[in-house]
Amino acid sequence: MSTSFEQGVNTLKRLIDAPIASYFSSCTNCGICSQACVFATETEDPKYTPIRRLEPMRRVWEQEYTVVGKLKKLIGLSKKLTMQDFEDNVHLTFESCTTCGRCSMMCPSGNDIVYMIRKMREALTAAGLAPKELQGAAVRTIEKGSVMGFPMNTLESMIEAAEEETGIKINVDEPNVDYLVLLSSAEVMQFNEIIGALAQIFEQAGVTWTFSTKAHEAGNPGMHMGASEIEAIMINNIVEAAEELNIKKVISPECGHAYMAIRWEGPNVIGRPYPFEVYHIIEVLDELREQGRLKTSGTEDARLTFHDPCQAARRGGVNQPQRNLLNMVTTNFIEMKHNRACNWCCGGGGGVNTMEKTEPMRLKIFHRKRTQIEELDVDTVVTMCATCRNTLEEGMEENNMDIEVLGLTEVVANHLLKEKES
Amino acid sequence: MNEVELLNWARGPGLAYAIIIMVAGLTLRVFEIVSLGRPKELAKVRSSGTSDGLMMIAKRSIPEPRNWRYITASYIFHIGLLIVVFFFIPHTQFFRDLFGVFWGGWPNYIIDFFTVLSIAAMMYTLIQRRIDPARRILTKASDYLAWVVTFLPFVTGYMAFHRLGPDYTLMLALHILSVELLMVMLPMTKLTHAVTFVLSRYYTGSSMGRRGIKA
Repeated sequence: MSTSFEQGVNTLKRLIDAPIASYFSSCTNCGICSQACVFATETEDPKYTPIRRLEPMRRVWEQEYTVVGKLKKLIGLSKKLTMQDFEDNVHLTFESCTTCGRCSMMCPSGNDIVYMIRKMREALTAAGLAPKELQGAAVRTIEKGSVMGFPMNTLESMIEAAEEETGIKINVDEPNVDYLVLLSSAEVMQFNEIIGALAQIFEQAGVTWTFSTKAHEAGNPGMHMGASEIEAIMINNIVEAAEELNIKKVISPECGHAYMAIRWEGPNVIGRPYPFEVYHIIEVLDELREQGRLKTSGTEDARLTFHDPCQAARRGGVNQPQRNLLNMVTTNFIEMKHNRACNWCCGGGGGVNTMEKTEPMRLKIFHRKRTQIEELDVDTVVTMCATCRNTLEEGMEENNMDIEVLGLTEVVANHLLKEKES
Repeated sequence: MNEVELLNWARGPGLAYAIIIMVAGLTLRVFEIVSLGRPKELAKVRSSGTSDGLMMIAKRSIPEPRNWRYITASYIFHIGLLIVVFFFIPHTQFFRDLFGVFWGGWPNYIIDFFTVLSIAAMMYTLIQRRIDPARRILTKASDYLAWVVTFLPFVTGYMAFHRLGPDYTLMLALHILSVELLMVMLPMTKLTHAVTFVLSRYYTGSSMGRRGIKA
């Protein structure tokens, strides 16, 4: 992919659409978005005010798409965009924004600020400024089908281990089954108990499913980079896998951004609707619960709360299923003060936690999450995103908080009614 | 040109020019936005988003209590503005003459109260622009211009009503002229939000609605 300053500017010109023009027209510089952003509130540095991060895009919009801006340009009243402007923007758009979208919930003008951040990232990538960590992840995903570079045989050995442990056969490349299951790299690396958990849940519910050697992960660094072409390569792998296996339902893992990429951005970046439907694993489990096919026994009685991952809940619209499931298997579930679409960000998503230099900042802004959790006096935090899970664990360890972090699928699997009980 | 001639110009040709510039300008601004188009949503949506978009236009007017420090003065100002503009009896007569529609005005003491309140709220927002770090860093020269042209009609209107200033006729003329300045500036500054907020809220509300987000 060739990159240059001009390509960055041209990308902005191409991506500015009616919603973006309406957002810049409606912004009154009121600054309320600074109150929504965890990077702005915790650092108290006004440069992190969300809408301000989009200044290069605003200038291109004004100069190219408004009569007033064109006149200003004509008489030399407007500042021309430079490569330096793009370079200065990398920190604001990539390193200190998780694209969590809380700003978009608070703007009185209704501006979807993070919609613009996603496109600003696309322009910076076109200008050759994508962070090297994200580029590396993209290369690994294209070459090996895995964000962290785990080849299929890594997963296969985990599948074997899970089969041994559960005594359930797990399909790979099985056509005509109900679901194609995708994982996240973090699950393969750290939270691989998920494989056995899924096997048990689906076995009990009578659901048929498979992994695919063609597409085993849904993680998509292309989306974080804002490189739609790269994002499309990964999406197409999944589409081809589902088509070849003739599967009508694809499951996105407990990973917020993977859900955003495969569920919402996917068809738009490949330019055609899918021949299948995409569900977050938690949506699938909740559907099984509703149909009475998910049978559990006993309850978790520890005081626990739920952390809504930004891309699945706030941006992806999965807000109720996780609560239904928690209410099924726990007795002491307490909501955070800000929850669902207004939950505070963990601080690690959007590719931020892949960049080493962001660590001090991540730990600083974790103060918000820490306060949110500590005021509830809970023993456990449950979530449904591997990145949130990692970030929460990292932050809690740093702050010596003795609180367990669990994935929701695992919590449900722990209470699955065993055969001998049923 | 004496005070009476100035007043007549403001009420006649001045008003006509201001209306033409405002309407043409705002139409252009809306066209600039809408003509850019919106990519078709290809993902399978949870709802069409249309009703969520329309709902959002109203719903984002509901104050967010968490941000009270930021929004209280703005709410007071906007509410005061609407009351003073649409319920001061001479204003209702003006709208009757222009549109042929009449609604009852409110007593002068209520209008007076909201005028003073709005002026105070505006002054507070100006101070905030200077001292709040986020607002300060966002503010551009044109934001002060927008503030001035919004402030002037309040002050001149208040002075004219209370017979302050050199001459009533002159004050009234200046009040009408200041409103005309505001109308002219509306499409050229951030004041455009008075119209485009409908679009921005609709776009966001509908795209969130498609994804099943209650925002």
